[in-house]
This record gives sequence, C-alpha cells and structure tokens, in this order.
Amino acid sequence: MSRIAGSSRDVAILGLRRQVVPVATTLAAALLDVLPYIATWPIVPDFAYLMVLAWRLLRPEMWQAYAALPLGLFNDLVAGHPVGQSMALWTLTFLALDLVDSRVGWRDYWLDWLFAALAILLYTAGMWYVARLMGSVAPFAVLLPQIALSVFAFPLVARLVVALDRWRLAR
Amino acid sequence: MAPPSTRRRGFSRRAQYGLFLGYVIALAGVLFSALLLLIAVVDPTGFNALKGAALDLTHPISAAGRSVADFFEGIGTSTRNYMNAGAQNGELKRQLAASRRKLIEGRAAELENRRLKGLLKLSTDVEDEVAVTRIVGSSFISPRRLATLPVGTSSGVKPGQPVRAAEGLLGRILETGRWSSRVLLISDGASNVPVRLLRDGTPAIAVGHGDGSIDLKTLEVGKNPFRRGDVLLTSGVGGVYPPNIPVAVVVAVQGERTLARPLADPGSVDFAVVLNIYEPLADAPLSERSEEALRGAGQ
Repeated sequence: MSRIAGSSRDVAILGLRRQVVPVATTLAAALLDVLPYIATWPIVPDFAYLMVLAWRLLRPEMWQAYAALPLGLFNDLVAGHPVGQSMALWTLTFLALDLVDSRVGWRDYWLDWLFAALAILLYTAGMWYVARLMGSVAPFAVLLPQIALSVFAFPLVARLVVALDRWRLAR
Repeated sequence: MAPPSTRRRGFSRRAQYGLFLGYVIALAGVLFSALLLLIAVVDPTGFNALKGAALDLTHPISAAGRSVADFFEGIGTSTRNYMNAGAQNGELKRQLAASRRKLIEGRAAELENRRLKGLLKLSTDVEDEVAVTRIVGSSFISPRRLATLPVGTSSGVKPGQPVRAAEGLLGRILETGRWSSRVLLISDGASNVPVRLLRDGTPAIAVGHGDGSIDLKTLEVGKNPFRRGDVLLTSGVGGVYPPNIPVAVVVAVQGERTLARPLADPGSVDFAVVLNIYEPLADAPLSERSEEALRGAGQ
C-alpha cells in the first residue's frame, strides 16, 4: 500500500491501524508472561507495564486514564496476578502521569526516563505489597534486581514504541 | 515539542465534561479494583472460575514452547557436562561408593522396619497419585512464585493438593482450570511446609523466601539445630503433605537464621506428580457431631 491513501478503504485501514497498534502491542507484551520460562527468582521486567508506560509517556493524549482498566484486567488474567492488581496500579499510574503532565510543561528523554523509573519502583512496590497482603512475606530486597533491570529495559521499550508510533502514523 | 495538554481540550464544554467523566470513571475503576483485590485477599480462590478459564486459554502456548526451551537448556547442560567430564567422573565414583554403603544400611533398616510394621499390623501408606505431568510455565514477573501445570479439574486436580517431583516437594495446587492449574511453589512467601530434620527428626517449618530459597523456622529456642548440608523431609504434620518427601537442603546457617535450597528445582524437574491430600479430613471443616463433642468437652 502506498503511503497516500488512494481509496476510502485505505483510509479505513490506516485509521484502524492508528487505533489498534498501541492496544495490540500492549496485549502482546502481556502475553510474554505465557512464555515457557521457569524462574525461581523474579528478575524479568514486566514488559506489559513498560509498554503501557512508554505509550502513555509518548502520547499523553491518546488514552484517558480509564483505558488502563481493561488493559490491566487482561494482564491480571494472563499473568496470574490477583484480579484487580494491574487494573488498580496501571490506572493509578495514568492518573499520576496526568498530574505530572499538568505540572511539567516540557518533558525530554531524561525526564521521561526518570518518571518511568519512579513509576516502575512504585509499581513493583505495589505488587510486593499486594503479595504481602495475600500472605506472601518476602523481603523487598528480593525485587531490587528486577527493578534495576526494568529501569534499564525502559529505554529499549521506549525505542520500540517510538518506531511503532512512526509506523502507526505513517501516511 | 511541548506536549499537548491532556487537561484542557479546547473550549468545548462537552469535551471538558467528557474529560471530567473520564477521571470519574478512572477513580471509580481504581476503587472497584481495590474491592476486587480485597475479595482476592479474603478469599484467594474467589475468582477461580475466571482465572482458571484464562489459564486454560493460555497454557497451550506455554506447553508447546516448553519443549523448545528444554532443548536449548539441554544444549547448555550437555556442553557443561562435556567440559567437566573428567572431574565429574572422579566425583561420581566417590559418590557411588558412598551411596553403596548407604544402600546396604538402608536395606537393613527397611528389613527391620517391615518386621516392626508387621508386628504392629500397620498398613503401609500408599501415596496415591492424581496426575503425572510436567511444569510448563511460571510467574517470572510477579513477586509470587507460582508454576503452571497442564492438568486441571478434568484430571481430578483440586486446590490444596500437594505436588512433588522425583527430587522432592514442589508445592501445592493454588487454583485450577479445566485443563490447567497453578502451583504455589514452596519457595513462595506464603508457603509453610511442616518439615523434620532427616538426621534426628527435629521439627521445623519451611517458609518460602520469595527468591527461590527457603527460611527454616525451628520450634526450639536458643540454639540452632541445623548444620550446612542437612536434608529436610516433610513430617506429615497438618495433614496436607504426605510424610517423608524430601524438601530442602540447608545451605547457610547464620545465627538464628537458616537458609535452605529446595531439592526440586521447578526449572529442571522432568515430571511433576500431583498427589492426594494426605489426610483429607484435616483440611475439611468439622462435622456437626465432632463440633457437638467438642462443645460437650468444653462444658
């Protein structure tokens, strides 16, 4: 398909692609949890959260805060988290980033990374606290390697999201 | 580029109300999710139907990919084995000699055991298996240590049943779908396994540490009865886990704290066997008659 839409059908396809790509990539990242990797130590970053965070930081106007509810529900069900965990934590992230956006007019790459790092830290702490409420008493230090890896994985995911965004909006 | 404001979308009243409504929905959603979490905390099996269905839908992907993952992990292991062949050979010969001696001692003990049991007219406990399967996946993202099995209620698997491998205890079933189930591994922070020391039978509780290791809580105060290399077996106390399944080996003793490593590594075990609950009555609520009896005893 050429970059210029030649018919109303092309326009419809491009419009669909604009809307579907962010949601589809987030769901695909959530499905990474299903991979047959068996770990005895929580070390793999939560790519679904990194993905949703990268989309939210790149396109603040694309999703309203409540868009995180269905995405979080999907993640909860696929990853085996208690239902409501990602729903609540993701929506709270979106609301917090809305607050940040209203205070900070200009964001650059480093500031995005800083906010992402803070969000990852709070998100992991939230997961840890929910696990604690459910009776799993593990020290927080167990999660530090995962937090560090997630913080360093964020720029890679952000890169991927930028590339996807360019493809999504190309015409 | 300055980011477009998400708070003020032009002067249209409708757009502004829409935005406000969005925030109301989001906050209501957060409260609703918190309520769902609360239900999950109070009753962990509450959403079993929903979560089981999701597990049923996703586990074939894990199961299909597991053989591929096994293949690549196998390459690494066999290369390492090849490199260490010489040293390993000597080590294995020593171990073989040691285990021969142990085997003879064990046979003698078994004979004596049989004789004594015959005297007492005890029937031998048969571990009845519910299902034999493989581990196909795990929760590698969450702070919980859970694994996925490709068997569910259609094979008779129920929440609470213990799961073991040839090497030792793996954990117990947490939630079930029709064709799949989730296992709470013994390294999870919510797992408590009553164990005893193989050497002298000292009772203890094995509590998961969340990172693949296990904390041992002894009932004795003062001195730590554990030594590095001690092996722990299930004691059968509590009635969930059958007795005498190997659980863990002590790797570090630091004052009052004892750290152990599970003998069965969920990443490398070949088979996982789901067992029946050892004493089903121990898990069941009291019957009316026994409650009456208890009340009578209290008066």
